[in-house]
Amino acid sequence: MTQVAHDETAFAPPAEVEEVELYHPKTFIGKYIWSQDAKVIAIQYSITAIGIGLVALVLSGIMRLQLGFPDTFSFIDPSSYIQNVTIHGMIMVIYLLTALFLGGFGNYLIPLMVGARDMVFPYVNMISYWVYLAAVLVLVASFFAPGGATGAGWTLYPPQAILPGTPGSDWGIVLMLISLALFIVGFTMGGLNYVVTVLQARTRGMSLMRMPLTIWGIFMATILALLAFPALFVSAIMMILDQTIGTSFFMPAVVSMGEQLDYDGGSPILFQHLFWFFGHPEVYIVALPAFGIVSDLISVHARKNIFGYRMMVWAIIAIGALSFIVWAHHMYVSGMHPYFGFFFATTTLIIAVPTALKVYNWVLTLWKGNIRLTVPMLFAIGFIFTFVNGGITGLFLGNVTVDVALSDTYFVVAHFHMVMAVSPILVVFGAIYHWYPKITGRMLNDTLGKTHFWITFLGTYAIYYPMHYLGILGVPRRYYANGVTDFIPESAQSLNAGITVAALIVGVAQLIFIYNLIISYSRGKEAGGNPWEATTLEWQTPDTPPKHGNFGDELPVVYRWAYDYGVPGAELDYIPQNQPPRPTSTDSEA
Amino acid sequence: MTVTLILLAGMMAVIVGWLIRQTTNVSPWVADTGVQEYDNNRNNPDQLQADSVKIGLGVFLAVATSLFALFISAYMMRMELADWSPLNDPDILWFNTAFLVVASVYFQLAHNSVKRLDANKVRTYFLVAGIFTFIFLIGQLEAWRQLSEAGYYLSNNPANAFFYLFTAVHGLHLFGGLWVWCKTTLKFAEAKGKAPEVAIVARSVELCTIYWHFLLVVWLVLFALFIYT
Amino acid sequence: MAIAIAVVILIIGSVLFHFWSPWWLTPIASNWGMIDDTINLTFAVTGFVFVAVNGFLAYVIIRYRHRDDKRATYEPENKKLEWWLIGLTTVGVAALLAPGLVVWAKLVDVPEDAAQVEVVGQQWHWSFRYPGADGVLGKVNSRLVNEDNPFGMNPDDPAGRDDILVRGNELRLPLDEPVKLLLRSKDVLHNFAVAQFRVKMDLVPGMVPYLWFTPTRTGKFDILCEELCGLGHFAMRGHVVIDERDDYEAWLSKQVTFADTLKQTKGDAVAGKILYGTCASCHGQGGQGNVALNAPKLSGQSGWYMTGQLKNFKSGVRGADENDPYGQQMAQMTALLYDDKAISDVAAYIRTLPDTPAPTTLESAAAKGAQIYSTCAACHGSNGQGISAMNAPRLAGMSDWYLVTQLNNFKAGVRGSHEQDKYGPQMLLMTSMLKNEQMVTDLVAYINTLGKPE
Repeated sequence: MTQVAHDETAFAPPAEVEEVELYHPKTFIGKYIWSQDAKVIAIQYSITAIGIGLVALVLSGIMRLQLGFPDTFSFIDPSSYIQNVTIHGMIMVIYLLTALFLGGFGNYLIPLMVGARDMVFPYVNMISYWVYLAAVLVLVASFFAPGGATGAGWTLYPPQAILPGTPGSDWGIVLMLISLALFIVGFTMGGLNYVVTVLQARTRGMSLMRMPLTIWGIFMATILALLAFPALFVSAIMMILDQTIGTSFFMPAVVSMGEQLDYDGGSPILFQHLFWFFGHPEVYIVALPAFGIVSDLISVHARKNIFGYRMMVWAIIAIGALSFIVWAHHMYVSGMHPYFGFFFATTTLIIAVPTALKVYNWVLTLWKGNIRLTVPMLFAIGFIFTFVNGGITGLFLGNVTVDVALSDTYFVVAHFHMVMAVSPILVVFGAIYHWYPKITGRMLNDTLGKTHFWITFLGTYAIYYPMHYLGILGVPRRYYANGVTDFIPESAQSLNAGITVAALIVGVAQLIFIYNLIISYSRGKEAGGNPWEATTLEWQTPDTPPKHGNFGDELPVVYRWAYDYGVPGAELDYIPQNQPPRPTSTDSEA
Repeated sequence: MTVTLILLAGMMAVIVGWLIRQTTNVSPWVADTGVQEYDNNRNNPDQLQADSVKIGLGVFLAVATSLFALFISAYMMRMELADWSPLNDPDILWFNTAFLVVASVYFQLAHNSVKRLDANKVRTYFLVAGIFTFIFLIGQLEAWRQLSEAGYYLSNNPANAFFYLFTAVHGLHLFGGLWVWCKTTLKFAEAKGKAPEVAIVARSVELCTIYWHFLLVVWLVLFALFIYT
Repeated sequence: MAIAIAVVILIIGSVLFHFWSPWWLTPIASNWGMIDDTINLTFAVTGFVFVAVNGFLAYVIIRYRHRDDKRATYEPENKKLEWWLIGLTTVGVAALLAPGLVVWAKLVDVPEDAAQVEVVGQQWHWSFRYPGADGVLGKVNSRLVNEDNPFGMNPDDPAGRDDILVRGNELRLPLDEPVKLLLRSKDVLHNFAVAQFRVKMDLVPGMVPYLWFTPTRTGKFDILCEELCGLGHFAMRGHVVIDERDDYEAWLSKQVTFADTLKQTKGDAVAGKILYGTCASCHGQGGQGNVALNAPKLSGQSGWYMTGQLKNFKSGVRGADENDPYGQQMAQMTALLYDDKAISDVAAYIRTLPDTPAPTTLESAAAKGAQIYSTCAACHGSNGQGISAMNAPRLAGMSDWYLVTQLNNFKAGVRGSHEQDKYGPQMLLMTSMLKNEQMVTDLVAYINTLGKPE
């Protein structure tokens, strides 16, 4: 059994072998602050992301107050309104969802689920978190800079992003861009880890096609992010130069506030191409981990193997590859050459096919299952329903002709909130209810969880479903006030008020979740090692929560895929991945 | 965006092709086949570590490729607009290019000497390569000085701006490489006299060689871009 | 179980909401009924998918709910079923895409006979340019834009001489004639959108995107900017009036050409002095204003604003509202100014009056107003000096009680809601940020602290 001893040191980078693998930190600071343990880093990422996400949630509440009751709240003016719009969007997309799915779930689940002791480069992994934290702090600092945070919209389109007339056009935008650049640097460090760990540190028997779909989703999303984030990095650097030094990468000759500026010849469309070259893959950077995680939730709680695993994997790969050639569907009415519309409408609608297949396979996994309606399962079902709704409205906006009528209206707002805000966040909640017992050793409270689910699921639907119809009517987005127009009836304002009430209820209901997280940490029911009777490796650890090194003395050996539920003839309705086919066949190790 | 598209399409094709090859003709639900097809490398932890670091570098180079491809795309799209006036590339760039080529060649020589277990040669070649890189960077700064003295500032014209931007980004990448080079040089000092002297530094030498070759290619592409536009 | 019922209720509720929703496409006013058709087609196809998939989901949840004595069916995959589903989805997607692309081909293909009209956007106003008699739009250059040449017309281009320049938020087009709108921006991105026409497109500085349509219904429709363009984005509005050919031509003939604007003479202050005699009885000899007579200070206010407001009073755009007694009074007085020349003369004379800051009458915390004013500053300038390019008059050093009255008038729609008022509606929207009386007072108290114009 010398094999085992080798495995001990197998998965750390050469330089750190001695210090990292053999040294288990003893002090509080070594354990929880300057930790190189992926699990601790995951929790650091998650808490930071959720914390900044709560800030963004409050910002959205303020926006809704203004939209629902435009004549009431004196502390919201047009500047702060669009600042809130901007920062809300930016935080939610990048600092919450991307960081939480990849930095949070990625760090926690990749080593555990592929059977590794840690990430391949733990030191780089630790730095990744601290750079991310710095990015968050710079973002927060921009609120307190002279002129406040940028109000250019989360797309940060020049010229307005760096011209007076937009709040935060001097300090706010620069800090925003610096923060993004930091985020990208931090993410790249983390992303290197996730990819190399999946490629190199899988335990014996964990072939690619035995990986849980969670890992597939996170893996592919990381590849997308690594290749797409440079586009944002490039545009951020070029915009910083335009703003500070006066280059004209994106800036044409403009007359701002009656004054001729020195800029000349640049192209705002160039920025849009770069931005959306990052921006569209970004949608899938958020969506693919959600797809993966929800697949596992459904399979575990329906006690049935995932239906069509291979197709699910190929769909993830196909979506990932296609997501790089659809970006300009965000730009149908941007003034780019109209012939691009033909190409991008076609590619965009093609991507609907693998996505639809995933939906079918989730439902077909439930079909003939033995469905336990646990809280994670409820969230997974809520996800399917919401995602179907958000996905099909994508067929409206992806189709260039329909988009012309609907773009820049609330239809777009409703669509992307359904598809990349509510859907992934329902998965996040489901995943936290699912893995919390492994992370803390205790179950989250079931009653609070169900209350949280029902308010969140029904509430978000009540917010966003009717909102589509405001968009069909033609109500434009990013408006501080609709005022009087010839086509928006009074009733639209009543609807807005209703949406605001629903939004506030959903917002406040998240406190139930936070309360549950805190209270269950000390008072939750003892979970045991595998409360959901799941097959994947993280549930087979000797300790719960798993200790540093994850798997005790011996790394698990994998004999089967992650979805052996309800196998005919088996003793239980699930077989863990590391259970040998026959009790006597362990000698195959040697 | 065509440049980026082609490059990324290439990279995606490699990734997707590799993944598809790994995943077709597998019946994942059949238990117990995976252990047999277990990669032999995994029985050798040293080799596995080496592979991981090398793959890590490969992934990073993919990211850097994407970065430079996007910069070049931006350059080519911006170039087509009306106000573009090409930059007069300073002649010193030819010398700098030569220095960088020499640096790369010496890294390759060092790497080759590793295979022949010739510690002295590895050390010498490695040091020389780094010094030539320093000369390249100083040459680049000199090119900046010449340009700004001739009145080509960053904000005059997009061609100037791109020149400064590209050389800066490329230079920073090299600078990062030199930091690793310095660390490795210290490792040489430590390793001196110890038994498997070459083995201690072998991996660093190999990684530096790959990285320098990559940055040389990037520079040649950028330089060609400057010359032909 | 509850979840299955919830899913069923949500499906039924969504479908009912769809059919009963009072919020739906506005009645169309252009030839792009085809866009509505593609929307309806998409609704039909996706609606079916929505009901089918979620209905099946609800069924499955009920049918296969957990039972202790049961196990799930073990079925790793079903290639045939999956390929069928992929095939059907592909057919459905193609059925949506094909008509979409056909219509898009029409959208990008402008008819030969389409008339060209230029739409010019700036923060946060619209203006419009017609090619004039020669049918050719003259050359423009944003480098030539200045106070006297807001369109950036090239005076050396003969084709531009007869171009008709419409400053101020109203576009008119003839019924049933195709039109190609050329979209130009002076500063940032904007988007020309009219809900009833269905089409929209960005205005991008440095290039000229276009869109085309044929109006099919007379009437007045709102133009909204639908690309975030700064803090006044929501207030960047205009309207398009679709007229019968004759009415359109009558209107067009009254508009000024570029050549006209070159000929316009400056007002004559000497002639204006005589006319000002009447004004002086209320506004004072020095134009210093008189709070007792509700006459605001005039001196120091810029000429373009004075001219514009006098014209507004004269034409009944301002001072027609019954809740504006002093405005009505003013409207009568302007009857004495018999023509545009008289108006610019008197405005020119007012420019010569000595400018001493009006006495302050307000006691309020200026500090609170500073935050509010940061929004106003975008147009009126950080010192309240007024910026003509933004159509924003001077505020600093003017009568504070008058500012309070006017802000309240805007808020109440007493001022700025006349349909011919070019720039008033914007203030109507902007004052919606002043949510109570105290904010108005705080704001004006802060304006009182601002320095004199440079």
